[in-house]
Amino acid sequence: MRPWRVGLALVAVALVVSGCGTAPVASSVASPAIAPESDEHILHVLNRLAYGPRPGDVERVRAMGIGAWIERQLHPDLIADEAIERRLAAYPTIAMTTDDLFREYPRPDPAAVARRREEMLRGDGAADGMAREAAPGEPRRIMIAAELAAARMERAVWSERQLQEILVDFWFNHFNVYAQKDAVRWLISPYEREAIRPHVLGRFRDLVLATARHPAMLFYLDNWLSTRAGLVAQAGPNRGRRLGLNENYARELLELHTLGVDGGYTQGDVVEVARAFTGWSFAYPQGDRQFVFRPRAHDDGDKRVLGHVIAAGGGEADGIAVIDIVTRHPSTARTIATKLARRFVSDDPPPSLVDRVARTYQDTDGDIRAMMLTIVRAREFWSEAAYRAKIKKPIELVASAARALDASVGSEPGLRSAGFQLARAASTLGERLFNAQPPTGYPDTADAWVNTGALLGRMNFALSLAQNRVPGVRVDVERLVAGADRRKPEEVLDRLLAVTVHGQVSARTREILSAQLRDPAIVRLTADDRGPANTDVEKLAALVLGSPEFQRK
Amino acid sequence: MGMETCVRRSFLKGGALALCGLTAEAAGIPRFLVRTAHAGPAGRRKALVAVFQRGAVDGLSMVVPHGDPAYYAARASIAIGAPASGKSETAIDLDGFFAFHPALEPIKPLWDARRLAVVHACGSPVSTRSHFDAQDYMETGTPGVKTTPDGWLSRGLVARARTSPSPFRAVALGPQLPRALRGEVGAVAMPSVNDFDVRSDVSAMASGVNARRGFEALYEQGVRDVIHGTGRETFEAVKMLKAADPRKFEPANGARYPRTDFGEKLQQVAQLVKADVGLEVAFVDIAGWDTHAGQGNERGQLAYRLADLSHGLAAFARDLGDVMEDTLVLTMSEFGRTVRENGNRGTDHGHATAMLVLGGSVRGGRVYGRWPGLAPEQLFEERDLAVTTDFRQLFAEVAFEHLGVPREAKIFPGFAPPRGTPLGVLA
Repeated sequence: MRPWRVGLALVAVALVVSGCGTAPVASSVASPAIAPESDEHILHVLNRLAYGPRPGDVERVRAMGIGAWIERQLHPDLIADEAIERRLAAYPTIAMTTDDLFREYPRPDPAAVARRREEMLRGDGAADGMAREAAPGEPRRIMIAAELAAARMERAVWSERQLQEILVDFWFNHFNVYAQKDAVRWLISPYEREAIRPHVLGRFRDLVLATARHPAMLFYLDNWLSTRAGLVAQAGPNRGRRLGLNENYARELLELHTLGVDGGYTQGDVVEVARAFTGWSFAYPQGDRQFVFRPRAHDDGDKRVLGHVIAAGGGEADGIAVIDIVTRHPSTARTIATKLARRFVSDDPPPSLVDRVARTYQDTDGDIRAMMLTIVRAREFWSEAAYRAKIKKPIELVASAARALDASVGSEPGLRSAGFQLARAASTLGERLFNAQPPTGYPDTADAWVNTGALLGRMNFALSLAQNRVPGVRVDVERLVAGADRRKPEEVLDRLLAVTVHGQVSARTREILSAQLRDPAIVRLTADDRGPANTDVEKLAALVLGSPEFQRK
Repeated sequence: MGMETCVRRSFLKGGALALCGLTAEAAGIPRFLVRTAHAGPAGRRKALVAVFQRGAVDGLSMVVPHGDPAYYAARASIAIGAPASGKSETAIDLDGFFAFHPALEPIKPLWDARRLAVVHACGSPVSTRSHFDAQDYMETGTPGVKTTPDGWLSRGLVARARTSPSPFRAVALGPQLPRALRGEVGAVAMPSVNDFDVRSDVSAMASGVNARRGFEALYEQGVRDVIHGTGRETFEAVKMLKAADPRKFEPANGARYPRTDFGEKLQQVAQLVKADVGLEVAFVDIAGWDTHAGQGNERGQLAYRLADLSHGLAAFARDLGDVMEDTLVLTMSEFGRTVRENGNRGTDHGHATAMLVLGGSVRGGRVYGRWPGLAPEQLFEERDLAVTTDFRQLFAEVAFEHLGVPREAKIFPGFAPPRGTPLGVLA
């Protein structure tokens, strides 16, 4: 590996953030005159702000300039992305309204569900999972989350708006909901589309507000049921019952979404926040399943949240007042800065960087694009210590491997197979999209993902992908090494390493791969030629994608 | 009256036969259920199966304090009916004060055979109501300390020196390694024992093996980092598992595991035990306990989770048969839930909960721990069941008495068990 030169000049950024979605002012993150944009710099950016390089990406970024490339990624609306948008028509549920989803995917008969559960417990019937979902012939609700996961994986591989996709994943996990909790089965797709996607580069407060009011979150963390103490239900199945407070959302809002667990709130604050959010509900199971404020359920007394008084009588605005208080809290700036720096720089991000990102949060009222700029301008982001310091999460490994081999969507066995199969691969590696049960979402650090079983899974995926055994995903490794003389295995290897990982493997790995070339399974012997005739480049490619180096980003 | 008769009677009384339809059982009570004077063959390996109920189980529904009048006062809709309360389904009495949730019926015979004990009002000295902090504290074994890098089970196994440690000393069933097993012991995480190898491809059977050789070479490099280290352990484990072939072990003694995630994991733990791969600690998660709304009573959401737990544990004990003499199952959960039900027929985050201990060396048929009471003035912070047994006391007893971890090993730094009052859960 070539020495990693820290181009301090890179920090001298002239990137101008333009307003909301208007054309960016031409500028550059790096000044090539001072620090040449090395392969390592470009690869770093493609590995952190995108799901890894495709063949030719390094050259494309170099031609455009790192700064211009980053700036485009920070303004995804300006990036044409028609090809993937057309592809996504294969997954119709991702565009369906909540109403349509509930109509098209009716709730299965509860008695049948109970019967199947009973069978399962006794060790009869089908295994856990799909089977208990629906009786034969019924549309399966599980398809809603499955199509969303398929679409997410296709976007990760083929969307040009790479940073947007990474941030959708990041913020979804930050505001996680679990697809198998009852109503969330239908609401999951509208949630990502309406509450997460529009705000991933916007203001943090808007994300908090959009998730707080979204039926998926209201259901997942039970706030839709939370009422003032002593309210007696007037109608419905609970008629005559005394209802009351539910702390679930309030606690996670403080602990996970905003201040952080050591952010300085008390159990008393949790109760006060829960009181403020009473009445924030949605019309369910009857009604249009949209947000509704229920004045009768609301606790109209005054509340004291983190030292602020919310005067009595605020009604629905109490929840807004809480969101203002918590999103302006310095602990929130720190929590968000730490998580972003952990995602984009290293598992233990340098405190100096966290400080600066937190300051940006406070200076810009939580502008996510501005925080991203602080990160990509930071010396710490470009430092040698950060280079390939992160381990890829499962979805990152799957997407980056597909990109490295320039995978395309095959026509067999069906239009929808590619996305489903890629999502399934990530699931096998431990990251089943939309199925993280706890509100923390999936973790972002190596300690959670590096273990024996997971590594084997990664090697197996590399083999399947390179050998064209992922149905619906087509790779053509032969084409990637076109031009290399197939009778010269070393030449094929060099070409393969150049095109997939830009030659970025250790000398020792190169040596080991080279030794593999003498393996009769790698170099096929043909009947008419006793010499090495045909390098098995697929297996070689699998070894590269399953190698220790490729697990890093 | 011989023990066997006694066991048989309680077995029948518990209704296990009728429930499971396991008529074969009548022909032969597993010998595990019959206490024998001598333990298993000397030198057999003791194994621990740690079951983590993630999400904070409501200990008051799992092991019901029906003798505490405040229990029924606090829970208008979710209380479990007292034994002999006349309801069609009620809690199953244990000792006149405590009772099992009816969904725990499958493990009642184990209680009756004194292989199953309960430690109630057990929990952490730190009162955090954050799932994630509390789970970390329980798994690192250092409540209140966030910087502990390793888990208590890893420290315990490291202290219990082995001359030639198996790569399968510590195994987590699942895609991620739980914090309790992180550390020097080098635990294995496997989503499934069935898939623990580099796959051979369809076209050429031999080439899969060759691909494995290639990967192995790549990971065998002398680089000292997390990926290479894990990779080396992986291939060692793969070879050993191939030789032991745990998949050939079918459930024995008529055991039928629930076809749930938990059931399948326990079945695989049993396969690893039977394959004799040197397993000392297995770790299994069972999720879904965070019942803030609609938790149900004798039936419902929580009952279903408990049924999954108990069917799984019962099948595991039955499957292992005599080997249960050397096996211990310990359940744990990060905290309990509020004593009063909330506005949504659920419970919010609380403090103490109940833990189950099952196995041959358990002095079972007893509920351990001092009962702090549920009257309003007896509650912790006026809302939760108080902790009277520090979870570390129970865990330490399991580590010392069952796993044979030397007592001088400081696997719970900063913790000194209360003087002179061992819990005595283990014989």
